[in-house]
Amino acid sequence: MEVKEKKAKVAKQGVLKRIAGPVVTAVNLDAHMYDVVKVGKEALMGEVIKIQGDNIIIQVYEDTSGIRPGEPVENTGLSLAVELGPGLLTSIYDGIQRPLAVLVDKMGNFIERGVSAPGLSHTKKWSFKPLVKSGDNVEPGTILGEVQETNIVHRVMLPPNVKAGIVKTIKSGDFTVDETICILNDGREYPMIQRWPVRVPRPVKEKMNPTIPLITGQRILDGLFPIAKGGTAAIPGPFGSGKTVTQQQLAKWSDAEIVVYIGCGERGNEMTEVLTEFPHLEDPKSGKPLMERTVLIANTSNMPVAAREASVYTGITIAEYFRDMGYDVSLMADSTSRWAEAMREISSRLEEMPGEEGYPAYLAARLSEFYERAGLVISLNGARGSVSVIGAVSPPGGDFSEPVTQNTLRIVKVFWALDAKLSQRRHFPAINWLNSYSLYLEALQDYYDKEVSPEWNKLRAWAMEVLQKEAELQEIVQLVGSDALPESEQVTIEVARMIREIFLQQNAYDAVDTFCDMSKQYDMMKAIKLFAEFAYAAQLAGVSPAQIIGVKSKNDLPQIKFIKDYKPELAKIEKQMDAEFNALRSAA
Amino acid sequence: MKEYRTISKIAGPLVFVEKTEPVAYQELVNIVLFDGTIKRGQVLDTSDDLVVVQVFETTTGIGRDSGVRFTGETIKMPVGREMLGRILSGGGKPIDGGPEIVPEKRLDITGAAINPYARGMPADFIQTGISTIDGTNTLVRGQKLPIFSAAGLPHNNVALQIARQAKVPGSTETFAVVFAAMGITKEEANYFMQDFERTGALERAVVFLNLADDPAVERIITPRLALTTAEYLAFELGMHVLVILTDMTNYCEALRQIGAAREEVPGRRGYPGYMYTDLASLYERAGMIKGLKGSVTQIPILTMPGDDITHPIPDLTGYITEGQIVVNRDLHRKGIYPPINVLPSLSRLMNLGIGKGHTREDHKKVSDQMYAGYAEGNDLRGLVAIVGKDALSERDRLLLEFADLFENRFVRQGYDEDRTIEDTLNLGWELLSTLPVEQLTRIDRDLINKYHPKFKTGAMKE
Ligand SMILES: Nc1ncnc2c1ncn2[C@@H]1O[C@H](COP(=O)(O)OP(=O)(O)OP(=O)(O)O)[C@@H](O)[C@H]1O
Ligand SMILES: [Mg+2]
Repeated sequence: MEVKEKKAKVAKQGVLKRIAGPVVTAVNLDAHMYDVVKVGKEALMGEVIKIQGDNIIIQVYEDTSGIRPGEPVENTGLSLAVELGPGLLTSIYDGIQRPLAVLVDKMGNFIERGVSAPGLSHTKKWSFKPLVKSGDNVEPGTILGEVQETNIVHRVMLPPNVKAGIVKTIKSGDFTVDETICILNDGREYPMIQRWPVRVPRPVKEKMNPTIPLITGQRILDGLFPIAKGGTAAIPGPFGSGKTVTQQQLAKWSDAEIVVYIGCGERGNEMTEVLTEFPHLEDPKSGKPLMERTVLIANTSNMPVAAREASVYTGITIAEYFRDMGYDVSLMADSTSRWAEAMREISSRLEEMPGEEGYPAYLAARLSEFYERAGLVISLNGARGSVSVIGAVSPPGGDFSEPVTQNTLRIVKVFWALDAKLSQRRHFPAINWLNSYSLYLEALQDYYDKEVSPEWNKLRAWAMEVLQKEAELQEIVQLVGSDALPESEQVTIEVARMIREIFLQQNAYDAVDTFCDMSKQYDMMKAIKLFAEFAYAAQLAGVSPAQIIGVKSKNDLPQIKFIKDYKPELAKIEKQMDAEFNALRSAA
Repeated sequence: MKEYRTISKIAGPLVFVEKTEPVAYQELVNIVLFDGTIKRGQVLDTSDDLVVVQVFETTTGIGRDSGVRFTGETIKMPVGREMLGRILSGGGKPIDGGPEIVPEKRLDITGAAINPYARGMPADFIQTGISTIDGTNTLVRGQKLPIFSAAGLPHNNVALQIARQAKVPGSTETFAVVFAAMGITKEEANYFMQDFERTGALERAVVFLNLADDPAVERIITPRLALTTAEYLAFELGMHVLVILTDMTNYCEALRQIGAAREEVPGRRGYPGYMYTDLASLYERAGMIKGLKGSVTQIPILTMPGDDITHPIPDLTGYITEGQIVVNRDLHRKGIYPPINVLPSLSRLMNLGIGKGHTREDHKKVSDQMYAGYAEGNDLRGLVAIVGKDALSERDRLLLEFADLFENRFVRQGYDEDRTIEDTLNLGWELLSTLPVEQLTRIDRDLINKYHPKFKTGAMKE
């Protein structure tokens, strides 16, 4: 991570007075809030988070063991910023944008401290193709040219916070990110790299209401509780209920053009899994390795908490940068609870007055500021881009009434409620279909009508109705057994079971079922509906529920999930169902 | 080395020292009593005028007249190959009457985080010989998989059985065992030691014992010493190391005690707000490293206060570890050993270590199908209690029977019974074949044709 220049030049060197964990106090230092400082003889990176008289309180992004009072502290006078430019894609960073691959080269397999490493390579040359010419007017955000970064085209833009101007010279050819590629008439020179302070949202021209779904290939998400491109979703659940797997499924299969995946205070092995797996996976649309559209941020649970706090901002700033180029970006943060806990830990070290459950009083504000950085926008250069944000929440004891879950639900539009009862029986994704919701349904209806089928919205509503009905019936069944239900309701129970087991259950580890496109989702739901129609008709004609449940061909329906070219098989099953029901009806 | 006599306050395990030289955060401190006894501690907070020291032993005997020496370095652990076969105290001193350990290296016990980029992906299936682990919650090399238990349940037997039987099929390397006891009774410790001796495991084990009557605060460093040793054996000597940490509940109590002494704002149930991060600094010290031969596999054991899995200790653990094996009182009451309840149990790395090339191609789906059947059968037990068995449909009746069979045949096994993965999976198929084949919706047809006892063509020829 690099730092960004501020106007006020301040003085410089102070000394450490107190060290207690990741929070240290310095004196005799001129500082402003959020200035980046170098702490101790090893120059560990830190950030000013509180000023109290002469005491400057600093959170340190690296381990502070062994540091003593009296060691120097130096203020850089800059604020925490990320380096943006070609080279971001396929990278894996820690919470303050140090490339982990570079850190391995510099200090071996374990993360030692006091090593800085810039976010982008400053030696690699990229082939830059200009898109403006001399004499052109350029404004903040204007696309100056492009670089083929991976299979993704990286659009090099004028930074958003500079004045407009007229191009004097624009270069073409191979450059490092630091070399000037554009000179304006007034003498200003711009390289490909830009730096942006992570705690400040990048400006846009306009924010719009989302109308297009982010297609995830996950049936319960796309089918029942969709998120829009530029939307926000939360996925809370107890440990082991499927937050990470769901987020990884989205990172793999969602139809975003860029994916930013933040492992915030979670497991090292999970990041390794992404690193090992993604290069071998292909985007179902482009056929290109998924890694090429991905930026990873890994600040695992045993890495410093202050850097964990920063990781979320580092991620969203990178996401906004790609959005400004006109891309649809999706950002997963796993887990926002660990981020909130990092805030809590720092806050308690500052001896701030705690709010609910020890979280700082500004928890709600920080969460909403973060989710507000999502959205479908017209960027400064007129391109349409989006950032969709999907945050995992890890409530203590799986209890959703705790502050992080509650404050998150007040902001996000989609709620995917994970349920330990479902995961325990290996019903995956363990998303509870009764508690979850999406507030985008209405906004997305037109899209489904046009792109999936005019029937889709009705089919979805029907499925939800059946599941709702089943929940009511199950309460009765628990008391008196299913045989006591009226016959038509016994059929409903069976249809609901089919919706759950065939449509909702989806195995992330099955080579075929891991991704299901919208047309297959539609076909599957339609086949279940077809069964339901046959079944209710047969029941009216006097066929018994036992006979209906015993219809053999429906047992082949789940197999559809595992078949890639499922259509012939599905047609066969539907024909057999028709025949079987015909036989039952004529016998009745 | 300068000795200060400026102790201003002693509170619980904390000693406050004034007007010192600049002392480093986390520095090792020796406190010298009037009779020459030395107690060790560590700096928790350091500033110009006041240093707060956390003492690892009891503060008994420490007074304002005691001397304080700052050693100038953070806590280091002497490690060496010779440690195998040795028994050390919870503070790392030999207590088996043997000689001092000649260190090959001295390592910082905090242990730096493994760079996620340097990690190797765990994928080697460990056969523990226990069906409920191998079949449905598979352990792999480099995993951290705790046992969630409760007072009075046989978690020690389960841990010992794993330690005794664990092997990677096809590999001749045995596991080295690092065993760290925190606050367990002498009797429990003996139980472990006797089993290690009986099976000869002691020769390839390093044992750290902090017993119930040893200082509670020492428990903070015991697991760190153990893990530092494990990392040395694994990543410098290339061994595969199995680390057993028991009982993590006592560790967390010690953490709470220090938090209270420091007058910190407590989190849930009085445990410190940073307990997640602190536990992660232990549990994350499991894994493999690309290009290195060894591995650290962790089996922490914890007892859930009040059998409550939502208690902060199991809860935070579950959020960090890669699954959990849950030992259950109802099964234990039914006389089933090992009383592992598969429903809340989980191994997150299972998928990496099973299937074709690891165990068998049908593994995942057999496991899923058994879960589904057992979960449903188990639910039906509640219903049967109300409406009676007769009110059940045929389908439900079979599921109910499946649940019983599952507990009695699949879960139940002998303390010395070492099942191969083939045995476990075949047993799974045998039990599943009591259900109508249409009900096996989690398994694709090809696998049914290949492995289902009633359909498999190969079976006829054999
Ligand atoms: N869609 C799915 N398909 C198959 N298995 C799944 C699916 N979702 C979750 N699982 C199973 O559940 C396990 C736990 O899921 P996951 O690791 O995502 O939980 P989590 O909610 O992130 O837990 P934690 O909060 O502890 O990180 C996985 O290892 C996997 O076995
Ligand atoms: Mg997770």
